[in-house]
Parts: sequence; C-alpha cells; structure tokens
Amino acid sequence: MEIALRKLARYTETYLVIIIAFLSILIAAKNPSFLTLENMFDLLKSYSFFGVMSIGVLMVLISGGIDISFAAVATVAEYLVALFMMRIGGNIFSAFAVAALVGSVLGYINGLLVNRFRIPPIIATIATMNAYYGLLIFATGGKWIYDLPIWFSDFAEIQLFTIHTANDSTYGLSIITMIWFAVMVAGILILRFTMLGRSIYAIGGDRKSALRVGLNVRRAEEFVYSFMGLLAGIAGVIQALLVQTVAPNSIVGKELNIIAAVVLGGASLTGGKGSVFGAFLGLVLLAIVKNGMTLMAIPPVWYEFFVGCVILLSVGITSYKGKLEKRRTATILVKA
Amino acid sequence: MPELNSEKKALLGILAGALLILSLLSPDSFLTVGTFQGMAFQLPELGLLSMAMMVAMLTGGINLSIISTANISAISAALILSRFVNPDVPASGDAGYLFLALVAAVLVAAFVGLFNGFLIAILDIPPILATLGSMKLLQGLAFIVTKGYVISGMPAGIVYIGNGSLAGIPFPLILLLVFAVLLSIYLKHTPAGFTTFLMGSNPIATRFSGVSNEKTIILTYLVSGLFSGAAGIVMMSRFNSAKAGYGESYLLVTVLACVLGGIKSEGGFGDVAGLMLSLVILQVLSSGLNLLGISSFLTLALWGAIMIAVMLMQFFFSRKQRIV
Amino acid sequence: MMSAGRLEEQARGQHGNRIVVVQLLVRMGYRMVDDFLVMEKISKQYAGVKALDAVDFSIAAGEIHCLAGTNGSGKSTLIKIISGVEQPDAGGAVSIEGARKSGYSAIDSIGYGIEVIYQDLSLFHNLTVAENIALSSMISSRRKFFAPGEYTRIAADAMNLIGIDLPLDANVGRLSVSEQQLVAICRALTGELKLLIMDEPTTALTKKEVDRLLGVVLDLKGRGISTLFVSHKLQEVMQVADRVTILRDGQKIGCHPAAELDSRKIEYMMTGTNFEYSGRAPAVSDAEPLLEVVALSKKGNFKDITFSVLPGEIVGITGMLGSGRTELALALFGMNMPDSGKASMRGVPLDLRSARSSIRRGIAYVPENRLTQGLVMPQSVEKNALVTVIERLRSKSGFLDHRRAAALVKELVRRLRIKVPSVSSPVATLSGGNQQKVVLAKWIATKPELLILDGPTVGIDIAAKGAIHEFIKELAAEGLGVLLISDEVSEVANLCHRVLVMSRGRITAEFPAESTPESEILKSIELTA
Repeated sequence: MEIALRKLARYTETYLVIIIAFLSILIAAKNPSFLTLENMFDLLKSYSFFGVMSIGVLMVLISGGIDISFAAVATVAEYLVALFMMRIGGNIFSAFAVAALVGSVLGYINGLLVNRFRIPPIIATIATMNAYYGLLIFATGGKWIYDLPIWFSDFAEIQLFTIHTANDSTYGLSIITMIWFAVMVAGILILRFTMLGRSIYAIGGDRKSALRVGLNVRRAEEFVYSFMGLLAGIAGVIQALLVQTVAPNSIVGKELNIIAAVVLGGASLTGGKGSVFGAFLGLVLLAIVKNGMTLMAIPPVWYEFFVGCVILLSVGITSYKGKLEKRRTATILVKA
Repeated sequence: MPELNSEKKALLGILAGALLILSLLSPDSFLTVGTFQGMAFQLPELGLLSMAMMVAMLTGGINLSIISTANISAISAALILSRFVNPDVPASGDAGYLFLALVAAVLVAAFVGLFNGFLIAILDIPPILATLGSMKLLQGLAFIVTKGYVISGMPAGIVYIGNGSLAGIPFPLILLLVFAVLLSIYLKHTPAGFTTFLMGSNPIATRFSGVSNEKTIILTYLVSGLFSGAAGIVMMSRFNSAKAGYGESYLLVTVLACVLGGIKSEGGFGDVAGLMLSLVILQVLSSGLNLLGISSFLTLALWGAIMIAVMLMQFFFSRKQRIV
Repeated sequence: MMSAGRLEEQARGQHGNRIVVVQLLVRMGYRMVDDFLVMEKISKQYAGVKALDAVDFSIAAGEIHCLAGTNGSGKSTLIKIISGVEQPDAGGAVSIEGARKSGYSAIDSIGYGIEVIYQDLSLFHNLTVAENIALSSMISSRRKFFAPGEYTRIAADAMNLIGIDLPLDANVGRLSVSEQQLVAICRALTGELKLLIMDEPTTALTKKEVDRLLGVVLDLKGRGISTLFVSHKLQEVMQVADRVTILRDGQKIGCHPAAELDSRKIEYMMTGTNFEYSGRAPAVSDAEPLLEVVALSKKGNFKDITFSVLPGEIVGITGMLGSGRTELALALFGMNMPDSGKASMRGVPLDLRSARSSIRRGIAYVPENRLTQGLVMPQSVEKNALVTVIERLRSKSGFLDHRRAAALVKELVRRLRIKVPSVSSPVATLSGGNQQKVVLAKWIATKPELLILDGPTVGIDIAAKGAIHEFIKELAAEGLGVLLISDEVSEVANLCHRVLVMSRGRITAEFPAESTPESEILKSIELTA
C-alpha cells in the first residue's frame, strides 16, 4: 500500500487529479450545476477542439521540440475545407480528409525545417505561423464564411446517446467529443505500443544517442510535426462544427494556452516526458477553472490571471523541487 | 563605428537592395520626407520591444511577457494620469503628476522584470514557461484593472513623447537611440553585460568560474522589463491611450528582428548594432510595401519567409564552414 | 590436440585462472583463423586534415583487441568508420566476415553484428532499463508494433546471458555509472552480436567494477564475440587483450600481441617519445600551513578528511574514480557544502558556501571537465580568460576598463605561452593543451594562493603536458600551494612533494613522494579500493 502510494506520488498526474477533485468540490459547493452530466458533456464537447490539438502538441514536446504554428495551420485547414465544401461539396469524411491533408503538408514543412535544416523549432514555427496565416488572409481577404452545408451542421448535432430532462430539453454525448477521444486513443497507441512512439521518447531524452543507436530520427521528427499538422487540420474542422461559421481570426492566439495545458500535464519542454492522460488532465484543469469561474459568477476578466497563476504555481513547484534535488545530490559533475 | 563582420555587411546589402527596389517601384511616394518621418515615428516602439527581447535571447532565454509588461506599465501610468490630469484643460498637464505617472510605469516594469528573474533564476523555471505564465498573469491583471476599457486622453507632455520632434528629429527616435546606446553600454562596458554572453553560451562554466548566474539572469530580465516599460510609454503616447492587449502582434516580430539581426536564439552572440540594422530593414520593407498598396498580411507572410531564409542561410553557411 | 574452443571452455570454468589461461593461449601462438573484420588502406580527410592515412586494421573472431592512441590520433574516426557512422574516403576497402562492404550505414553495421558502446554510453535516462536494453533489437527487427511486456522479455534474456540482475522497470537515470554500462552491454547483446566496440570503458569505473567488466568481456570471448577496446589508458584491459593496434597522427604505428607490450612501450609508440618528468619542484621549508583541513565530512562524498598544504608545496591526491577526490575539491572550492569539519586558509576559516567566497579567499579550481565546466567553448579566448576577474576590472566610473583587460589578457597569453591566432578566436578552435592553458590563465588572473587542479593533463598532448607541469612548478616556486588531483600515479609521484591516497571517501595513505617508488603508491590504491 505504502509503496503504491509512493509510486503514485512520483506522477504529475496524481497531483492533477487531486487538484481537479478539490476544485470540483469547491465549485460544486457553490453551484451544484457544475457536477451535472449535462455540464460535463457540454465541457467535453467545447474542449474537443483544444483536446485534439493537445495530443499533437504533446508529441512535439516529448520529441524535444515545440510548435507555435499549429493554430495557424488549423485556421488554414479550416478555411480551405470551408471553401472546398462550398465550391465542390462532398461529405463529412471528405471534409476531414481535406483538412487532414492540408494540415499534414503544412506540418511536414515544419518538420523539414526542424530536422533537415536544424532550425530551432521555436524560430521555425514562429516563421511558418506568420507565413501560413499571412498568406491565408492575404489570399482570402479574411472574409468570414457563414453558409456551410446543411449536412455539415447536421453532423455536429449527432449525439451518441441522448438524455431527456424533466423540462423537456435534451442533452447527450456529442460525436465531436468522440473524435477527441479517438485521437487520444490513437495517441496512447502510438506512444506506448509502436516503435515510433518509443523513438519519440528516446529522441526527446537524448537526440545524439538516438542517432547513434540507429533510431530513425528523421522519420520520427518529421512524423511529430506532420501529425501535429494533421491533428490541427482535424481540429480546424471541429472548430467549424462547433461554431458553424469560419472566422479566420478565431483560433490564432490560442496556441500558448494549449501548450500551457500540456505542460501542466507533466510534459517537459526539454523533451522525453509526458503522457496522453496528463495532457488530458492539464486541459481539464484549465477547463474547469474557466467553467468554474462562470458558474461562480467571477467576472471573465479574471480568467487569464488565473491561468497565469496556475501555470506559474505548478511549473514553479516542479522546477524548484528539481533544483533542490540537484543541489542535495551534488550532481555538479556533468556528463561529457 | 562597430566592426563590420560579414553578417552586418549582408544586412547592409539587404537594406540597400530594399531601398533601391522600393525607390524604383514607387519613386514618387517612397522617396519623400514624409515616408521617412513616418518610419521614424513607427520604429521606436518595436525597437524598444526588440531590445527587451534581445537581452533575454542573449542569455539563451526568451521573454514572452514584453508586450504585456509594456501594457501594464502604460496602464499604471494612464490610471494615475486619468485620475489627476484633465487633458482638456491645457494647464492641467502638471509636471508633478506626469513625473509621478512615468515613475509608476518604470517601477511596475522593473518589478515585472525582477519577478521574471526570480521565476527563472531562483525557481529554475524554463524562461519560455516563466514568461508565458507572467504574460498570462499580466494580461489578466490588465483586463482586471481596466475592465477591458480603453483609458484615453493623455496630457500634452505624454503625447509629445511619441509624437513630438526635437530639432526636426522625431522625439521617439531620439528616445530609441538613447536606449540603444544605454543597452550597448550595458552589454559592452559592464561586468554584468560581459557575463551575459558567457552565461548564454555555457552557464555551467560560468558557475565554475565563480559567476553568480542568478544575479546575471535577474539583471537581464530587469533590463528586459525596463525596456518593455519604456516601449509601453511610447505606445501609450502614440495611441494617446492605454489598454490591455495593445500591440500583441509585435511579440513575434521582435523575435524576427532579433534573428535577422544576428542574435542567436541559443544564446551568447549578437549586438545592438545588428538589431538596429535589422529593425531598419523591417521598417523600410513594411512602410515600402504599405505604400505599394500591399496587404499587411502579405507583409506578415513575408516576415515569416524572411525568417526562414535567414535561418537557411545560417544553416548552409555553417555547414560550408565545417567542410572547408 | 585439444581444440581452442575446448581450451576456452576449460578456462572459463576455472574462474580465477581464466585471465592467465587466455594469455597462455596467445603466447602459444594460438590465433583465430577467421578474421571478422578486415580494413585495408582506410583514409579519411576532414577539412583538409588527414584524420586517417591508409590504415590497415583487422579483428579476428573472438579476439579482444585494443586500439591505442592519444587524442587526435584517429581512434574515434576509425570507430566511426567501423560502425558506419562515417564513410572512408575512396581507395580503402572494408570486409566483414570475408564479404566486401562498401558504404554501409550505422543501421547496416548493427545488422552485421557490430555494436559500439560510446564513452557516454548513449543511454536514454528517461526510459526504463528494459526499454533501453530492448531498443536495439526492436530497431533491427524493423517491426512497427510490439506487445506490452515484449521488451521486458528481451531485456531479461539479455541480462541472463551475462548473469546480471538489474531492476527492469527502473529509469536508467537512477542507476550508477557501472550499472549503466552493464545496461549498454546488455543492449548490445540483444542482437546477433559479433563485435563489441567499447570507447574508454574504464575511465568512470572503480577497480572492482573494471574487474567485473573484464569478466563479462571474457565471457563474450568464449562465445566467439570479438571486443575492441578503445582507450588511452590501457593498464586495466591489457591483461585480457590479445593484440594491440597503435595509432598516431592518423597513421598505424603497429599491431602487436599484447604479451609483447608493456605500458611504457605503448606510450612510446603512441607519442613517439617517452614522457620524461623533469625533476621535482624544490623542497619546501616548514612554514605556517596555507590550507588546513580538519575532519571535513559530507555524507556519501568523503569522511574525516584532515590534511594541510604549505605555501609552495605541491600535494597530490590520487585514487580511483568515486574515491571522493573531486567531491573534496569541489567542497574546498565552495560548490559542495560539507556537513561537518573545518577548512581554513592562513588560519582564517573558510565559508565554503559559495565559489565566490572561496575565490575571494584565494582559491582557484581547474575542473575535471574542461569542455563543460572549464570553458565556454564558442566564446573567445579573451572572454574566457577574463570571466573570473571581470568584477575587478572596473574603472573608477564603474565601467569596464578595456585597456587594463586587454593588457591582462596579453600578459596571460604570454606567460602561459598560449598559441592562439588572436585573442578573439573562439576557444573551441584551440588544441586541447592550449585550451587547458586558457583555463589555467583565467585562474592565474585571480592571483590565487591555492590552486586546485583536477586532472589537469587528461587528454592533452605530451608537449603541452610538459609545459603545464613546468608551469605548476613555477607557481609553486612563487609560493602558491598546489593541490593536484590525478588518476595518473606517475604524475603525482613525479610532480608532488607529498601524495595522499583516497579511497571510499577517506584518506587511506600518505607518502613523501621523493622517497616512495611509484609501485608502492599503486599498491596502496589497489589494496584499499
């Protein structure tokens, strides 16, 4: 028992679960509607957009990189899909396919810049972010798109099961949430049960060693950025499904929030660490902070402030603990 | 005159080329006093912010909170001014309050800088996360104190900072040059500046040499904060108002300016002269393209392309060096 | 006649005698007929410099081969070519098991059964022991998926092969260096291993751990697996080696049966000269001690350390890695706070809480690792030389006095005879010897009273080594106290006035160097380790 507890204490996820439980009780005490199934389903649906991208961000971070451009990629994919649906038509599958394709290509370009040309990921993706977004708005004039096909809005309404409430309204688990969950499952499978996934951890742990033992670093790095792009593309469609309009400025600017959520979930910016479950919990934490504020009638202007506090507190505690640990064991002797 | 290495020569070449092409493309509108004066008024706020980014990058870090620092400083000053000074009554531009407001802005900026330094040096948080956190915190704080509204109507003294001229030279440009010289002196002629470069390249070796890395980091982010604060005051003056969320698009442009100006993102190398050159290039390009009627979004895309081009050049250059 | 294989078997059976038997086999002229690897006329040129010049090289199946040479002799280039990381220039030929290979990659070489264990072991500290071990075979199987628990099985099998037992689900970052080395060996064993290359395998190991490693290597030999040791310190591995190939300046100097060589001969071939110690610094007369250490202890680092250093005295500290010598040096330098005990300079207690305070009291420390701890490689010689004294180079106005700084750098470069095209060249462009001189320069600049040197001549060519020794003596003659920490017993024995032997955190012996033969110091180290 004690051993099991001590083992649990090593995982960031454990602390997150405790914090989330504590916050949930606090919010629910003030406003019981927080802990209702309806509210939960609603939250899960609206955070699917962030959730899908967080898995891509997670893989990029584990590999030791960073991607700032994914919000721009999502925007580009969303916009092109909207144009595709209006001009050519198709169905929901073709919409996702086009988005995935566009996203993968744009992500692959990031992968190329990072892997082949050794451009620091943060610089490379800041550059491509500007390039992608700037070109999109230049080419399209930044016009909003409202007249999406009927089948598109119909798809967004599909629910896996529906519950009727007493006052004759209904709610249920949205198919959009299921896309997020499917992406999480894919993420877990890739990271835990494929060679590729273990390579991503290995590269993030020690890139030079990864090259030496014969891991295909190029393929893995190109994969994480392409996969990030692919998920950003899918997230773009999800965003369109959720709001049923395509506004080119609605996504850009959210990228740092998602990175923050994934880092909260235990992923390290130096690479080699992180889990799908952790990324999920990080996102849940940010979601309930925001939702809880609404339910507790705290003015929304406080949100960013709280997010900042949460990031600094959680990262500060882990970093400082790490520093003390280093000092105590006197590992001043640095490996050559 | 700073020594001209090949990087600076390349920058000068690009600048000359840009000036030439833009002059040829629109000889009537580009080559006018007005154009250049316009540039001189626009450049300083980006210049100050870029210098704030630069010091952080020299240590191998980054400061994502520069814009929010600028805004919170401006808002602090604006709150004081709006409480005590009535811009509609010319005589009310009481120098005492003006001074008080500026001091408040500087103090807030300094405090933010020290706070970042504490997070990075003492708590050991990676700079990108620490400054991301404080960015959110400050953005939030700015929204909370202003409730999202604009604080507008600045007294003449403040308006002068961003819009006035001294002997025909735009005052903000003078301000920029003064700050550039100050930063240059800090980096080249003080022990703290000297260790900034060494620590940026190898913090372990500096620790083994008895250098206090903590002190260097805290000073670095203090300087970064102060420069952001100065940018905030200039912005407040140019917009004649303060508001949460002003100038947020500048953040990535400052990184571009630094990269183009030869400040290495892994730390340890770069100087103010290179940054100034790259800022002038960016300003000339953006003003010129604007005059040509090219969408500002295409310009944005162009920034990205330039950034990639610069990094690719560095890649091929360093590879060539290794082979030969 | 008994076959060589059977003899081997017998040798392995008699645990204690196997080293002797193997040496016997070699002396009997027993030579494995099959060459596993044959390289002919291998050349490699980097940036106009010939790293390897028409080198012939071969390893027999089941052979233990040593590759010896100083830094820059071409050892590492040769390994990179064998392991497919680099391709040889045109004109050379490589064949493996009789088949000619041209232009193979690192992954191909793993397929041929060649595994390299680099000095840094190339392990992933964020992954578990099982994952680290199973990784290579997972890669070479070219499979995309695997079942959970599959790698634990692979790892357990590999550990069984050489009879070791490590926790499979522990993160490798939590293991000791020697355990990590075993993990690296197990990883190499998961494939069809035929040649194991180990780069400087013993530098980070204690005596006992070295013996365990050699046992494993002999075990591999019994299975017909060849081992190539790459080292500049050969003493430990010589007792099991069959042949030794010596490289110098990219050329092969010779390949000899190990039995015909001793360390002096090898050193001669490696350097082209025998290093001569040029006599001791003049004896010091009794004086007030400069440094006095009394009962200094830190848990897990060192215990009950008491000694003193006189002005002008050179005191050597030697002992195996992990004996606590570097930890002690760091404690005196203020970077490893001890739990109890006292240290004082000229009778005034030292604070020991920060490097700054120790530097202020006249202590200088030349660290063990020049590349990461000693120097800021990409920055200029000038900046590196000034980093310790930059605070003292202010003018009255508070700004840096550049003229004084430039004069100081010029003086240091002259005094230490640092060969450098310009003081603004990056340190990375200098030779190892000149780099170490820059480290010395930056500490001389502080005008220290006590100079602590941790492995000052490791990886430095002979000429620079002599120059650094001369300089140390010169400083001692000026009245500096010197604390010289070194692996190399001959270095402390020939340079120092007194030698302290450390083992397991304690000082176990003290010798007046002048009247003690090297062998006695050596014996004392081995006895207590």
